[in-house]
Amino acid sequence: MRYSIWNVLAQGLTGHRGWKPVWRDPAPQADYDIVIVGGGGHGLATAYYLAREFGARRIAVLEKGWLGGGNVGRNTTIIRSNYLLPGNEPFYEFSMKLWEGLEQELNYNAMVSQRGIINLFHTDAQRDAFVRRGNAMILHGADAELLDREGVRRLYPFLDFDNARFPIKGALMQRRGGTARHDAVAWGYARAADALGVDLIQNCEVTGMRIEAGRIRGLETTRGRIGARKVGVAVAGWSSRVMAMAGLRLPIESHVLQAFVTEGLKPFIDGVMTFGAGHFYVSQSDKGGLVFGGDIDGYNSYAQRGNLPVIEDVAEGGMALIPALGRARLLRSWGGVMDMSMDGSPIIDRTPVEGLYLNAGWCYGGFKATPASGFCFAHLIARDAPHPTAAAYRLDRFRRGLMIDEKGQGATPNLH
Amino acid sequence: MSGPFRLPSGGLIDRGRTLRFTFDGRAFAGHPGDTLASALLAGGVRLMGRSFKYHRPRGPLSAGSEEPNALVTLRSGARAEPNTRATVAEIYDGLQATSQNRWPSLRFDLMAVNDLIHPFLAAGFYYKTFMWPARFWERLYEPLIRRAAGLGRLSGEADPDGYDKGFRHCDLLVIGAGPAGLMAALTAGRAGARVILADEDFLPGGRLNAERLEVADMPGADWAAAVVAELAALPNLRLMPRTTVIGAFDHGIYGAVERVADHLPEPPPGRPRQVLWRIYARRAVLAAGATERPIAFPGNDRPGVMLAGAMRAYANRWAVAAGRRVALFVNNEDGLRTAADLAERGVEVVAVIDARPEGARLPGLRHLRGAEVVATAGRLGLRSVTLRHSDGRRETIAADALGVSGGWNPNLQLTVHHRGRPRWDEAIAAFVPGPGGPPGLAAAGAAAGLMSTHGALASGRARALEALADLGIAARAADLPRAEDAPVSLRPVWHVAGARGRAWIDQQNDVTVKDIALAHAENFTGAEHLKRYTTLGMATDQGRTGNVIGLAVMAGLTGRSIAETGTTAARPPYTPVAIGALAGRSRGKAFRPVRLTPSHRWAEEQGAVFVEAGLWLRTQYIPRPGETHWRQSVDREVLATRASVGICDVSTLGKIDIQGADAGAFLDRVYANTFSTLPVGRCRYGIMLREDGIVFDDGTTARLAEDEWVMTTTTANAVAVFRHLEFCRQCLWPALDVQLISTTEAWAQYSVAGPNARRLLERIVDQDISDAAFPYMAAGRVTVCGGLRARLFRISFSGELAYEIAVPARYGDGLIRALVEAGRDFDAVVYGTEALGVLRVEKGHVAGGELNGQMTALNMGLGRMVSRKKDAIGVVLSGREGLTDPGGHRLVGVRPVDPSAGLTAGSHLLEPGAAKVAENDLGWLTSKVYSPHLGHDIALAYLRGGEARIGSRMRAVNLLAGTETEVEITSPHFIDPQGERLRG
Ligand SMILES: Cc1cc2nc3c(=O)[nH]c(=O)nc-3n(C[C@H](O)[C@H](O)[C@H](O)COP(=O)(O)OP(=O)(O)OC[C@H]3O[C@@H](n4cnc5c(N)ncnc54)[C@H](O)[C@@H]3O)c2cc1C
Repeated sequence: MRYSIWNVLAQGLTGHRGWKPVWRDPAPQADYDIVIVGGGGHGLATAYYLAREFGARRIAVLEKGWLGGGNVGRNTTIIRSNYLLPGNEPFYEFSMKLWEGLEQELNYNAMVSQRGIINLFHTDAQRDAFVRRGNAMILHGADAELLDREGVRRLYPFLDFDNARFPIKGALMQRRGGTARHDAVAWGYARAADALGVDLIQNCEVTGMRIEAGRIRGLETTRGRIGARKVGVAVAGWSSRVMAMAGLRLPIESHVLQAFVTEGLKPFIDGVMTFGAGHFYVSQSDKGGLVFGGDIDGYNSYAQRGNLPVIEDVAEGGMALIPALGRARLLRSWGGVMDMSMDGSPIIDRTPVEGLYLNAGWCYGGFKATPASGFCFAHLIARDAPHPTAAAYRLDRFRRGLMIDEKGQGATPNLH
Repeated sequence: MSGPFRLPSGGLIDRGRTLRFTFDGRAFAGHPGDTLASALLAGGVRLMGRSFKYHRPRGPLSAGSEEPNALVTLRSGARAEPNTRATVAEIYDGLQATSQNRWPSLRFDLMAVNDLIHPFLAAGFYYKTFMWPARFWERLYEPLIRRAAGLGRLSGEADPDGYDKGFRHCDLLVIGAGPAGLMAALTAGRAGARVILADEDFLPGGRLNAERLEVADMPGADWAAAVVAELAALPNLRLMPRTTVIGAFDHGIYGAVERVADHLPEPPPGRPRQVLWRIYARRAVLAAGATERPIAFPGNDRPGVMLAGAMRAYANRWAVAAGRRVALFVNNEDGLRTAADLAERGVEVVAVIDARPEGARLPGLRHLRGAEVVATAGRLGLRSVTLRHSDGRRETIAADALGVSGGWNPNLQLTVHHRGRPRWDEAIAAFVPGPGGPPGLAAAGAAAGLMSTHGALASGRARALEALADLGIAARAADLPRAEDAPVSLRPVWHVAGARGRAWIDQQNDVTVKDIALAHAENFTGAEHLKRYTTLGMATDQGRTGNVIGLAVMAGLTGRSIAETGTTAARPPYTPVAIGALAGRSRGKAFRPVRLTPSHRWAEEQGAVFVEAGLWLRTQYIPRPGETHWRQSVDREVLATRASVGICDVSTLGKIDIQGADAGAFLDRVYANTFSTLPVGRCRYGIMLREDGIVFDDGTTARLAEDEWVMTTTTANAVAVFRHLEFCRQCLWPALDVQLISTTEAWAQYSVAGPNARRLLERIVDQDISDAAFPYMAAGRVTVCGGLRARLFRISFSGELAYEIAVPARYGDGLIRALVEAGRDFDAVVYGTEALGVLRVEKGHVAGGELNGQMTALNMGLGRMVSRKKDAIGVVLSGREGLTDPGGHRLVGVRPVDPSAGLTAGSHLLEPGAAKVAENDLGWLTSKVYSPHLGHDIALAYLRGGEARIGSRMRAVNLLAGTETEVEITSPHFIDPQGERLRG
């Protein structure tokens, strides 16, 4: 059923009796043309674009828990296309363009909100790096502006301009950056995919892969065997575990990243900002909570929770940047398992197993990628050829020395 | 008496003292022992807040930290503290509280129109609309939504209070000082174990303070006070009132926040407002009690409707009557206690509406069995209650307060912080701690689902004994004091069926039974989908008051059991925590430590301008009188250095002493070029690669003796390099005889550069340093100033004849003064980081902008330094095809064709006439300076096919500023490319 203001009004007048389920709960069929493993943002978007753009049929998404229960429902919701490197920027800008028309396309309000993101700089060297990046963004067709100290002060006068350990000198701003309501992104794609006939199967964990003569034949799941001609794996923090079922070791480590939200507050921070002298970033949700985060916890983990040292470190960054935060209260903290790759960039590629495709390595930045990741993964699965904007995300780039290392940290996943 | 609703006697308040405070500007009075809520209720105030979405008028639902409704802003100005629970805020003389989320006033709130149009604002309505036209979201819809959302307001001013942090260690952490916690603490405390007993309340005792129950034949509160007195006298036990354990983390570490001064107008001088404790506990007992839950029925949110147990607490602990005519609506035996206690205290109980059809009736009261509340009335406060008798008859009773009890939920949140899964206990119709809780943590008392006082005392003792046995601490079981042991008698009623109107579940977020039904109709039926779609449980109480009801209603709709429906995971913190407390002292200038170089004091005396370099403060430049622009000072420093001699503090460079028979072999493995062949008394420039073949760091390493080396690193990578070397030494090659120590702070090191550098140093160094005795790249031990041991290196970053001289750090101040003195005849300058940057760019040395972690030695024009005669970290991988592209980026120099044109670092390089698109992007400017020698800007750049383009013209575009400059590509060595000066 189509959503609209008229619908909402009509249902409001008739006691909301007419709303239909957003998706069905089908039982798994014996086999499909394409099975996507992982009902997160990327898996759901992939299924949607497969059906919508590439005319694929008989598609299923298998999710071990509930749709959207992984990182897509745990992230800090920042979307931006302010990347530096040629392997990344076209992809993220493609994603941004998809975000810009997403709600109308999906007929679902995912609250894509381009309220602007600023990355603060505190030294000349950081400024120079941001000038390089801002120029790269514009050359790739994205938008970027350089703000000086006064420009930042006009936006956010309550930052610590007077007593800071590391003075704020300015910021790189992307006005088209912002946030989107993470759950709604998952639900919007799920609803749209379901409407196109995709079977979304929850509580269905993939436990094994049936591979014959180097070709994928199907999957073992907690809901029985499911045959498949092609399988796309998009399981984020679980990538190494799932791909081990195909005998593959990935250039990925799993780490925990925490996120935080305060009690609801009246509007305080309009856009998104990142601190350049500590690891801290923050925005305010439409509900009023300040949503913030910082570094990953630093050790390898599959636990969706973190520890005090990083909670404290993040709070310190927050207080150093915004001294008024002291009297805001942290309401909740939580964690998600990050698929940290060796160069900090993702992988969307074929695998040595024929018919088995991989989408992984998103680190803490894959939410913004959701639309393009889905589109490009669908392209790869449907056509067996990479989408032009994702052509650099190859699994063999580490062997070939074609890393896409935005932060210049090298093969140390916990530093990306 | 402090207010019309204060009972004439009783209560744990100090009636001898009166405290005055204001709420929304109106004056009230209370007593020590009062909370803001108890004092306001005593003063006849029921309306204390507005709900989040519909701006419904609300009063306190509870008497504890779970309060979802009575949230106020406490204090004012920079100390304003939004969303403070009135039910736990202690009053003090002069306290100011203000209501929030209303306009213009709490009684008359225009935003309450939302309540009138509520049919259109059902759960998730916003996902279905506000989509057209697309641009209106940011311009119109979202700003409106954002303005309406939120509760209280941040002041925007810097928090004036201090916070602190600390560590504590114990054998047993007892969380909660109710009967279970007190008994556990007593058992462990008497056994001599190190015990911490923490409770969020300012008065230990838990429910005993709120009840009239007897323990050991005395009032429960008296028993608690006696136990607390005994515990307080134990040297091995630490009582921590006003301390909330906020989370259970790995390895038995608990976070706890102590509110040191929140009950005072402001923290006493030198004292923090709050302290974050990290408690390392070998074992822990969770004795956090239980939280009562309401029942959903139409109009169950009016001010005056509150939890029955809270009503009892107000009467017993604070001597406050919740109303003049009180009704009760219960589904369990415990709720009847409220009726008895109120009647006993002389409060009129007009009806006890008991959903359970069978059972005895309370004597002397109108106890209606099998009845349910179906409606309430009263705009800003309850006026009447309409009930439906067991025979279906309706009756409306005038009442100004309604106590509701739907049963109790164990406070098991901490058992879930490690992904523990609560278990549904049919007998008490509640979730109890299940498997998967934090190792070493056991629940006792109501937190474990044991709802009687006896059960609490017995389980508290038992859990403590088990913990002590585990730890091998001998203990004796103390006698259990006599206490009631009533079984739980409860008939689950989650919401009153067949009643019209909105019945509230999550009161703060305005989630109603109908919202749950809508979520069900739309297939958001799982616990997590339900939460996220309706916002059930996302309010400031994290669902402590509403979650189970919402899940039960959903279970009813799906036909699944509550156990199958499951519950969402509670997350730290247990109650919201001020971010200031989590940050502690690390804010403002104290955010990170400041490292000062040995010449800092001297530089300060000269009026130097300092700049942050990592944690260091370094001299950026030293203006002389008459210089008004930084460039004047920097140009002077550069020119004077090249003309005569300049001195620069380079103590911030990382310094690592490397010793051992295999030190040379070790260096060969960590540096891309060879070191083992370096003779004693010489130094060499080295580049170090990361494992992936990218340049990690550069610097010089000197050989002071056969098996003694000293390495320098860049300032930025001092820690990273040392960590890397230790990893190599300890993990990769433990068999090598090599030892490392970081000596960065141990040595003060100065660069002395310029044609007169030797002449200057000859006045300082005691030995012969003529070119013959101490040639280019010599290194060795010397003495200075007549005997002080020092290290001298003849190395150059500036391209001039240059040395670096190091003395023990404590002599650094003396040495800078001696150097300046010795340089007087040569017009020596001391230069800062700006001039240092100019000198090195003029010479074409790579640094920060070029050493960016993305480039290889080949890119830097240092490819020949990567030795193929031996293996070293990164060498193999640096040969991968992607890193050896012959047309790839190379380091070049850039100068503007028009010398008066400026360059900007970060500009990108394009061919003349090429469109400004990514495909034509050939490189970028990494570092730019103004060269006073050349009289124009110069820059280093990475450029595709760089060497081949030297001499050609390109455009440096900066699209951020909309500028573009015609440039010539040059060699990166702008000055003295043959290196004649440095050998001089
Ligand atoms: C705290 C935090 C903050 C973040 N902040 C941001 C941000 O601000 N901006 C941004 O762009 N990105 C952010 N991210 C990263 C982003 O959320 C992720 O990169 C992205 O969501 C990953 O893709 P996904 O949505 O498909 O993953 P997920 O939502 O994790 O989906 C993977 C799914 O696979 C399922 N699965 C796993 N194993 C199996 C199996 N064997 N069988 C079946 N199903 C399986 C999982 O249950 C899960 O639902 C953040 C992440 C976290 C944790």
